[in-house]
Amino acid sequence: MNHQDVPATPAVPIESSTSAAMLARRDERVRKVSRWRQLMVRPEMGAIAGTILVFIFFLIVAGDSGMFSAKGMVNFLEVSAQLGILAAIAALLMIGGEFDLSVGSMIAFSSMVIAIPSIVWGWPLWACILLAFALSALVGFINGLIVVRTGLPSFIVTLAGLFVLRGLTLALTRGITNRTQVSGINELVATDPIGHFFSGVVFENFFQWMGKMGWIATRPDGLPLAQGMPVSVLWWIGLTAFATWILLRTRFGNWIFATGGDPVAARNVGVPVARVKILLFMAMAMTGTLFAAIQVLDSGSADTLRGTQKEFEAIIAVVVGGTLLTGGYGSAVGASFGALIFGTVQMGIFYTGVDTDWFKVFLGIMVLVAVLFNNYVRKRVTGSR
Amino acid sequence: MTEAVLALEHVSKFFGTVIALRDVSIAAKAGEVLCLLGDNGAGKSTLIKTLSGVHKPSEGKILIDGTPVILDSPRDALDRGIATVFQDLATVPLMSIARNFFMGREPTTGKGPFRRLDWDYMCETTRKEMKDLGIDVRDPTQAVGTLSGGERQCLAIARAVHFGARVLILDEPTSALGVHQASVVLRIIVRARARGLAVIFITHNVHHAYPVADEFTILNRGRSIGTFHKSDVSRDAVLEMMAGGKELVDLEAELKAASAA
Repeated sequence: MNHQDVPATPAVPIESSTSAAMLARRDERVRKVSRWRQLMVRPEMGAIAGTILVFIFFLIVAGDSGMFSAKGMVNFLEVSAQLGILAAIAALLMIGGEFDLSVGSMIAFSSMVIAIPSIVWGWPLWACILLAFALSALVGFINGLIVVRTGLPSFIVTLAGLFVLRGLTLALTRGITNRTQVSGINELVATDPIGHFFSGVVFENFFQWMGKMGWIATRPDGLPLAQGMPVSVLWWIGLTAFATWILLRTRFGNWIFATGGDPVAARNVGVPVARVKILLFMAMAMTGTLFAAIQVLDSGSADTLRGTQKEFEAIIAVVVGGTLLTGGYGSAVGASFGALIFGTVQMGIFYTGVDTDWFKVFLGIMVLVAVLFNNYVRKRVTGSR
Repeated sequence: MTEAVLALEHVSKFFGTVIALRDVSIAAKAGEVLCLLGDNGAGKSTLIKTLSGVHKPSEGKILIDGTPVILDSPRDALDRGIATVFQDLATVPLMSIARNFFMGREPTTGKGPFRRLDWDYMCETTRKEMKDLGIDVRDPTQAVGTLSGGERQCLAIARAVHFGARVLILDEPTSALGVHQASVVLRIIVRARARGLAVIFITHNVHHAYPVADEFTILNRGRSIGTFHKSDVSRDAVLEMMAGGKELVDLEAELKAASAA
C-alpha cells in the first residue's frame, strides 16, 4: 500500500495540539480539494456522467424520431423503472458483499404464484400477491441461510436457485395448466383492492392538462398519447430513495457497509453479519416479486420465461452505478442511474433503427468500462492511487 | 497488591492431540501493561483467543475481578469490558473513520421510521476521542484506507476505550509498522494505561515491549516460563528467555568466531 501522500502522524506534542484554538482553526493538514474532485469520488458519479453522455448522444442522433416525445420518454422510463426497482435493492445486497443470481427465476416463479391461483382456482388477486411476497421471503431466507451457514460464495448458491426456481416454475405451470402461459388477469385488476399499486398510470390529470396546453402530443379525441406516468416509475423512485436512506442514514446501512467491507472486522465489533446478509437476500427476493406483480398486472399475463436474464441486467445496472462487485462500497442512486442508462440505450437503439443486436455489444463494453472506472475510484477513495 | 481485572488460572487448551497451552496463569491489573512475549508457536494466538472469548479453555479458569466466568463469544467478552484489537482485522478500509469508530454501536436520533444515525455526534466524538489519544483526525468522513497502519490501530484502540473497555488486548499491534508508526502506537498504549485500563500487549518484539511494560509473561512452546516485574529483569534477559533469543546470541558468537578465523 502506498502512503506517500498521507502526512506523517503527529510527532507534534499532544498537549499543545488539544488547545481549543487548534480545534477551531481549520486543520492545515487537510489539503484543499476542489468541489469537483470531491464529487468525482462519489460512487454514483460515473453513472450520472454516463447518463448525460447517453442523453446527449440520443438527442443528436434520435432527437426528431419521437424518442423524446412524452410517449417516447414514458416508454424508456418504464423500461428503466422496472430494472431500477431490482437494481436499488441489488445494490444493497452487493454492497453487503453478496449477489443473487436467482432473482430472474424468482420473478417467473412469483408471476405464476400470482397468476395460477387467481385465474385457475379463482382466488382473490390480492391474496395471491401477498402469498407471492411471503413465498419469496422464504426463498430469500433459504438463500441467505445457506450462504451464511456454509460460507459458500453466493454465486454458486444462487446459481442453483436460478435453475431450481425456473425448472419448478415450468414443471408446476405445465402440470397444472398444460401450458406455459396464463392470461386474463386484466379483468381482475380493476376490482382488486391492491391492484392499483402495481398497474396503470398516475398523474393522468397532469398529462391531460399538458395535452390541452399543446405541450405533448394528443390523439384525435383530445386525450394525450401518453396517458400518465406508469406506476412503476414511482416504485423506482421510492425504492431508490428508501435504499439510499437505509444506506446513508441508518444503523442497518452502516452494518451493510461493514458486512461487505470486511465481515471479520465487522463481527469482531459486534455487527450481526449473518442477520444482515439474510435480511438482504430476503429483500432481494421480495423485490423480484414486486417486479413480477408489476409486469403481470400491467400486461395481464404471466409467462414461465418472465424475468429471464434479469439477474444479470440488475448486476450490470448496479456495477455501472459504481458499486464494487467485492462489496463494501457503492450507492443505490448510482444503481438507479445505471438502470436509466440501460433503459435509455435499449429504447434509443430501437428509435435510431440500428439492429438491436448491437445493444448487447454496447452492454458488454459498458460493463467493462464501468468496472475499470470503479477500480480507479476505489483506489482514489482509499488514497492509494 | 491490586486485584487482577482479568486473570487466567492454570489454563490449558488442547486441540485434539495438540497441546496449545499448558497450565498458563496470567493476571492483568488496572493501570498496568502486561506484555505477553513469545516466538511463533509459543501459544500467543491461542491465549488471545481464549481471553477474547473465541476459544473456551480445556482446563483452568478465567477470572474477572476475581470471579470465575465463562466467555461464550467475542461479543460476550466485549460486553464484560474485554476489548480485543486484532491486527489488520479491526477496521474496514472503505468506510469512513466515523463509521468505523461506531461500527456495531451506532448512535441514533429521532423516532420510529425517522430514527437515523446521529451524524454530528459521530463525527464530533470520533474527533475528540482520537484527539484525547493524541491523533488529530483531519476529516472524520474520510475513508480509513487513507490512514496509516499505526493510525488504524489507534482508531481501534480509541474505539475500545470510548466504549468502556476495562481490559484492552492488543494482538501484535506494532509488528507490521515502521519505527515511527510503532512509537505512535506505543504512546497510545501508555495513554490507555494512564486512564486506568488493564492492557495486555502481545508481541514478539522485546524492543517494543520493554519501554511500555510493567510486567512480562514469557511463553514458550505452550508453557509460561514465568512472569517478571520490569525492575527484576533486563531487556537482554527477557530476550534470552524467549525461544530464539538464545539462538540469536549463538549466531552472533558464531559469526564473530568466523570473522576472527
